[in-house]
Amino acid sequence: MKRVVITGAGTINALGHNVPDTLEAMREGVCGIGPLAFRDVERLQIQIGGQVRGFEAEGHYNRQQISLYDRFTQFTLAAAREAIEQSGLSFTDDLSARSGVVLGTAGGGVSTWDDNYRAVYEEGKNRVHPFVVPKLMNNAAASHVSMEWNLRGPSFTVSTACASSNHAMAQAFAMVRSGMAPVMVTGGSESMLCFGGVKAWEGLRVMSRDACRPFSANRNGMVQGEGAGVFVFEELEHARKRGAQILCEVAGFAMTSDASDIVMPSKAGAARAMEGAMQDAGINRDEVGYINAHGTGTAANDKTECAAVADVFGPHADNLMISSTKSMHGHLIGGTGAVELLACIMALRDGVIAPTIGYQEADPECALDVVPNEAREASVTVALSNAFAFGGLNAVVALRKH
Amino acid sequence: MNTQDQVIAIIAEQALLEPSDVTPDSTLESLGIDSLGLVESIFAIEEAFDINVPFNANDPEASDFDISTVASITEGIERLKAEQS
Repeated sequence: MKRVVITGAGTINALGHNVPDTLEAMREGVCGIGPLAFRDVERLQIQIGGQVRGFEAEGHYNRQQISLYDRFTQFTLAAAREAIEQSGLSFTDDLSARSGVVLGTAGGGVSTWDDNYRAVYEEGKNRVHPFVVPKLMNNAAASHVSMEWNLRGPSFTVSTACASSNHAMAQAFAMVRSGMAPVMVTGGSESMLCFGGVKAWEGLRVMSRDACRPFSANRNGMVQGEGAGVFVFEELEHARKRGAQILCEVAGFAMTSDASDIVMPSKAGAARAMEGAMQDAGINRDEVGYINAHGTGTAANDKTECAAVADVFGPHADNLMISSTKSMHGHLIGGTGAVELLACIMALRDGVIAPTIGYQEADPECALDVVPNEAREASVTVALSNAFAFGGLNAVVALRKH
Repeated sequence: MNTQDQVIAIIAEQALLEPSDVTPDSTLESLGIDSLGLVESIFAIEEAFDINVPFNANDPEASDFDISTVASITEGIERLKAEQS
C-alpha cells in the first residue's frame, strides 16, 4: 500500500476565487451568503445563497470554450488550474498515461438544462444550441480537466448528491494508495444557483430564508452555495522525489449506506462511516482533533450528526472540535466536501480551526465544541471530513498532518 | 366539496386510507403520515387551494399554520384563502 499526500489545492466559492482568499475568509469568519442575483429570482420563496461573485466567463475563457463550459465546468477548470499549478506537475509520457481525474457533482450542468428548457418550453423555440448535451453532462468537467492537462488515466464523475466530492476523493485516494495511479486530480463542483435549481430545493421545505446556522438551536434550514474544490493527490514517494510541497496526508476513508430513508439521515450510517475511516487510516479516536461536519443547518442533520459523533468518540467527543463551514460558503451540494477539505488542510497545516458562524443559541442536542463564530488556533494532527448525502450515502475522509 | 372534505380527501390519499377513515380530529401522525408525507400533503393543499402555506420542515411550529389535525389545517386554509385572495 502506498501513502498518499496532497500536493496542490484550488477552489472558487462564495468566500474567494482561490485558496488563500478562501482560507483568509474562513479565518475571519466571513459570511459569503447573500441575496441571490439571477433571472426570475423574484419568483422564488428562497432568495439567499452563497453565490460566486465577480467571476465572468468572458474574462477567463474564449467564445468557443464558453459554448462548451457550463458554469460548473468553468468553476472546476479555475480550481483545477490553481491546484495543478501549485503541485508543479506537468503530465507527460507515463505520468500522463497513468494519472486521471475523478470529480463529484450532483447536478452537472443545471443552468444549461434550465436555460434550454426555458428556450423550448417558455419561449417556444424549436431549436437549441448544438452543444447542449456535451455542456450539461455530469462528466463534462472531468473530461475538460483531462483534456486541459493531458490526464489520460482513469477518469470519471461520481454523483452521490451531497457526498459526491467525498466519494470522488475517496475513490481517487484508493487508486493512488493501491498503486493504480501515481497522481489523481480530484474534488468536485456544483452550480445550481439558477431559477430551476433553487426552485427544486425550495419544494422540499428544508431551506432557510435568512441564514445557515448549523448546530444553533434556532437553525431553520440549509442555504445553497456554488463553486468547486480541486486537489492533487499524489503518491508520497513520487512527491518526495521531486521535492514537492506537501499540504497534508490523506490517511483513509470509509463509505457506508444507511439503507433506510431517501432523505432522513441515520445516526448509525454516519457513525459507521466515521469509525470506518479511522479504522482504514489506522487512527485512534483520541487522535482526532477536528471534524469538518456535514453540518447543513437542518434540524435533522445536525442533531443526528452530533449524536453519531458522541457515539463514535465517547468521552473524547468533548475534547475535539467540530465546525460547519457551510455557515460561510453555503452548501455546495456535490462540490461541498471538496471546499470543506480546505478547512481540514488549514487545521492541520496552519493550526487554525474554521468557525461555525451564525451560531446564536446552544442546542442540548448538539452539545459539542462547534467552534462558534470565531476561528481558533489549535494544534491538530488528524482531521475528519464528513459528508452524508440524501439517499443515505455517506463518505468520510481522514487526513493527517504531514 | 367544502374545504374540510377536500382536506380529508388529500390526507386520506396520502395515508392510503378511505376518506371515511379520516375525521376532523385525526392527527397526521395518527394516520401514519411521516415528514415526507407531510411535505407532500402541504404541496397538495397549496395546489388544490392556490395558496402558499408558510411551512419549514426544520421548524414546523414556527408558522401560525397549525398542521396538527385535519380541523386545524382546514382552519389554516380558510384563513390563508381570505388573506391571499
